[in-house]
Amino acid sequence: MKTKILICMGTSGLSAGAEKVESIFKSELKRHKLTDKCEIVRTGDRGLFRDVLVDIITPELGRVTYEYIKPSDVPELVEKHLVSGEPVKKLLAGKDYEQFFAGQMRIVLSNCGEIDPENIDDYLSHGGYSALKKVLGMAPEKVIEEIKKSGLRGRGGAGFPTGRKWELCRAVKSNEKYVICNADEGDPGAFMDRSVLEGDPHSVIEGMIIAGYAIGASHGYVYCRAEYPLAVQRINKAISQAKEKSLLGKSVLGSTFSFDIRIKEGAGAFVCGEETALIASIEGNRGMPRPRPPFPVEKGLWDKPTVINNVETLAAIRHLVTKGAGWFAAIGTEKSKGTKVFALAGKVKNTGLVEVPMGTTIRELIFGPGGGMVSKRLGLKAVQIGGPSGGCLPESLLDTPIDYESITQTGAIMGSGGMIVMDERACMVDMAKFFINFTVAESCGKCVPCRVGLKRMLEVIDAITEGKGREEHIKFLQEMSGTIKSTALCGLGNTAPNPVLTTLKYFRDEYEAHVKDRICPSHACSELLKYEVIESKCVKCGQCYKACPVDAIRWRKKEYAVIDKDKCIKCKACFNACEFMAIQ
Amino acid sequence: MKVDLAETKKIIERYRSEKGALIPLLQDIQAVYGYVPAESIELISKELSIYPVKIYGILTFYTQFYLAPRGKHTIKACQGTACHVMGGKAILDHLSDKLGIDVDGITPDNMFSLERVACLGCCGMAPVIVIDGDFHGRCTIQKIDELLDNYRSGKAK
Ligand SMILES: Cc1cc2nc3c(=O)[nH]c(=O)nc-3n(C[C@H](O)[C@H](O)[C@H](O)COP(=O)(O)O)c2cc1C
Ligand code: SF4
Ligand code: SF4
Ligand code: SF4
Ligand code: FES
Repeated sequence: MKTKILICMGTSGLSAGAEKVESIFKSELKRHKLTDKCEIVRTGDRGLFRDVLVDIITPELGRVTYEYIKPSDVPELVEKHLVSGEPVKKLLAGKDYEQFFAGQMRIVLSNCGEIDPENIDDYLSHGGYSALKKVLGMAPEKVIEEIKKSGLRGRGGAGFPTGRKWELCRAVKSNEKYVICNADEGDPGAFMDRSVLEGDPHSVIEGMIIAGYAIGASHGYVYCRAEYPLAVQRINKAISQAKEKSLLGKSVLGSTFSFDIRIKEGAGAFVCGEETALIASIEGNRGMPRPRPPFPVEKGLWDKPTVINNVETLAAIRHLVTKGAGWFAAIGTEKSKGTKVFALAGKVKNTGLVEVPMGTTIRELIFGPGGGMVSKRLGLKAVQIGGPSGGCLPESLLDTPIDYESITQTGAIMGSGGMIVMDERACMVDMAKFFINFTVAESCGKCVPCRVGLKRMLEVIDAITEGKGREEHIKFLQEMSGTIKSTALCGLGNTAPNPVLTTLKYFRDEYEAHVKDRICPSHACSELLKYEVIESKCVKCGQCYKACPVDAIRWRKKEYAVIDKDKCIKCKACFNACEFMAIQ
Repeated sequence: MKVDLAETKKIIERYRSEKGALIPLLQDIQAVYGYVPAESIELISKELSIYPVKIYGILTFYTQFYLAPRGKHTIKACQGTACHVMGGKAILDHLSDKLGIDVDGITPDNMFSLERVACLGCCGMAPVIVIDGDFHGRCTIQKIDELLDNYRSGKAK
């Protein structure tokens, strides 16, 4: 067996210098005359942000993982590990790394960080396209039956049963049908689709071909956002490789079924993730939603029946086909089957992609793979899930199991799986403002409740965070939220008030403090910040002093920090650095 | 400056017979010129019989398109949720102060233009900025000052 050297080359690895690491590996291998014995595999990201991750697999030592690898570490790695057969202790991935992966069940992500996404043979040797082969020997109705039995629900947000969607589309008679992969991933804070496209593009293509076969379509589109150039590039490559092996194109694998895939790059509009807007965008128009029904499964792209599925949904298909619907249905909860990938970010120790069975609690996720909070001193205040359509949940709801129904009950939504952990320095009114700001900017402007209503809400929240709030403002927010939710035309407007509603529900006292006392209890709202050090809280640690870019802080060992207001540019760096909430 | 329309012509020919191809066509034009020149819009309108208002409708709806040239380096500061929680707003404010321009502005020396983006999909390294496609994670104000200096002094291309 050849020695394998896996180097993570997704966006995170590349930004940390993975190319350089690879080139030094190459020259070092040459220098030690090991080139024939070793194979370098350029993988996608594994989902944990550890700069460049390198795995070395040798027959003698098995698999060894190194983290935070810099180009200058490579000569030592080659010399010790590959020549003398001794692992380099100081570079080994640590306990956090182990903890991060120990609590996971990786199905959709199983190939990410394991295979070379630009090499179809690597995918094939990991069981790739065997699901497609199996499916081609089955009747399309039987395939849909399997998907239905598995209980798979769409991972793009709403959780619509995938098998049911396919069945509805199959039932419509038409000379042409389409499969669209929704790779728009507009939710800020979510990055699972990106990692799957970059790390395992063939799994998405395989899912699309199977969907095409099941519903009777011969064309597919991948609608990918332009902010993901590497994903587009890798999907492109994967498509041409699949064509060469006649997995795509005329008569797939010699069968009577033909299927083709094209890529459409998004042009930067969050609302284009909504299915009818997405279709309008592919057709070359402004991406504006239209009322449904008719649903895309009846009248979609070019008015033809169209199935739109999320990246993660499609990537799961091959696994449940090969291992069987029963296997998939045995994972998760009664109504939410399988695993879900979460994008864990914010103030947790291990940020990254975590795949766990449905039904895992939020706490298990954050304190298991997430490794708990970054700071020992600042506790968890809230968890934001579901992006702009979701909500902020307080500490007391951490034991909520993550499945569609339980999450919806809290007032948040599952969404695409973004999960952002906030500590006591985060202000919930500020978070609500942040999301309304986002949706105001992204509203397509077609209907009044969303276009005008959200703007009014933003004005009011703005006033509150600036210390100009009045008590009736809170009531206004509540009422306006209800109106927009029930009257907006599309999902963007229907869910946009959720961040406000959940923060009002769980953190009402913070709104009241802003309005009545004109203070921000978390010391986060810039306009209410005094840029002063609270001596009774200051422990004289000097972190603020180090963080200040303009030397506006006077501090000496064993002395309280003092902010010079004339020099201060109000950048908040000191506030972010102070773990004792001593700056107000 | 006169716009050379030869490239525009080539691109129009490439998409002439394709339905719904206006967006990719404009994307290709922008890839060549760095923005979508008014002269190109005129030509597209004439050649493909599309009303200019439809083309401008598209160009102004999608945030990706520019109607005027950009700076030599484009800085995008992420203002997504994770970046916001990790101090992304302060990073953007600082960039704007330091460069002396607002969001969507260009520095007088045409060196930098500044934009905000909704999420770069690197939330684990928040706060993130990207300069011409190069990602810089875990940004601090000091790190940004250093980066800008490197670009200004020509150390970074
Ligand atoms: C405003 C808005 C934005 C959306 N953005 C996305 C997105 O970025 N990716 C996605 O897969 N689904 C998104 N959706 C959901 C899609 O419209 C659609 O439900 C989903 O792609 C269906 O795939 P699934 O059944 O596999 O979940 C969005 C919905 C709305 C209302
Ligand atoms: S709810 Fe908002 S985004 Fe949706 S159609 Fe109406 S204005 Fe557009
Ligand atoms: S970081 Fe906070 S606790 Fe430490 S010296 Fe500054 S103000 Fe005091
Ligand atoms: S806000 Fe910024 S400039 Fe002012 S004291 Fe704090 S770190 Fe220094
Ligand atoms: S929120 Fe900034 S990269 Fe996602």
